[in-house]
Amino acid sequence: RALCPLVPSAPAALRALPPPVAVGVLHTTRPLHTTQQSLAPVPPLPEKGGEVRHGLIPEEFFQFLYPKTGVTGPYMLGTGLLLYLLSKEIYVVNHETAAAACILTVIIYGIKKFGADVAAFADKLNEEKVASALAMKNEAIQTLQTAIEEEKKEQWRVEGRSYLFDAKRNNIAMLLETNYRERLLMVYNEVKKRLDYQVAMQNLKRQKEQDHMIQWVEKNVVQSITPQQQKESIAKCILDLKALSKSAHAAV
Amino acid sequence: MLMDVKLGQLGSWLAMRDFTPGGILGAIRRGYDRYYNKYINVRKGGLGGISMVLAGYIVLSYAWSYSHVKHDRRRKYH
Repeated sequence: RALCPLVPSAPAALRALPPPVAVGVLHTTRPLHTTQQSLAPVPPLPEKGGEVRHGLIPEEFFQFLYPKTGVTGPYMLGTGLLLYLLSKEIYVVNHETAAAACILTVIIYGIKKFGADVAAFADKLNEEKVASALAMKNEAIQTLQTAIEEEKKEQWRVEGRSYLFDAKRNNIAMLLETNYRERLLMVYNEVKKRLDYQVAMQNLKRQKEQDHMIQWVEKNVVQSITPQQQKESIAKCILDLKALSKSAHAAV
Repeated sequence: MLMDVKLGQLGSWLAMRDFTPGGILGAIRRGYDRYYNKYINVRKGGLGGISMVLAGYIVLSYAWSYSHVKHDRRRKYH
């Protein structure tokens, strides 16, 4: 803000200019990330430490003296040094020497006897630590692998979305068709009901007309039968019956 | 480093060294790191790692108490 106070109020002419070439370009004159050195992965620990002879003197000292004095050189040096220290009494032999001798004897005996076991135990502890760390790392890698595979599977699934939409489209088409047919059926039923009503009406009318006509005809016929005609028809019937009974007697 | 310096050039090499407190601390830190990474920070470390340190401590404490030990000498003149 303090360095570029004019940006918000830049005049329109300046803003209209094309953006400078520096935009989007990395300002560097030296190449980046050219060396192999990096902090990770950390190089593994060396397997064994530097060699030490007799537990006290590094091997480099023996190698240093080997070209000039051979194999026994450092030992001669050690012996000479020891005799010099003792004879000049730079190293004084007193009660502490006896104590030191006893302690060293015990320590060296202990180391010689139990050294290997303690080393194996420590190695086992270390192994367990390393194994657990390795297991964690492998588990993490495995989780990521499965995640990658899941992702790939999801990507493959995406390809099937056209099928999904086709199925949905089919469903919708079926729904529309069903709806259309239902309505068609309803229309048919309604129309049929109205037509049936008309037909029933007509039938009823015809029936009524027929009945009425028959009744009227019967009424008129009955009215037209005079008492004289009635007597004559009854006599005729009696004669017919007699004739029939005679023929019946004859048949039997 | 020190191993590569010839005996005649020892004086000039010694004059080149950094004797400021920061320099001395840096030298101590470098020496410690070298010893640590060579003998202790390994997969199968052995006995030599600490025994050398203990031997150095023994020698140093004997040197510091020599004036007291001098009185136990058996002969006065050597």
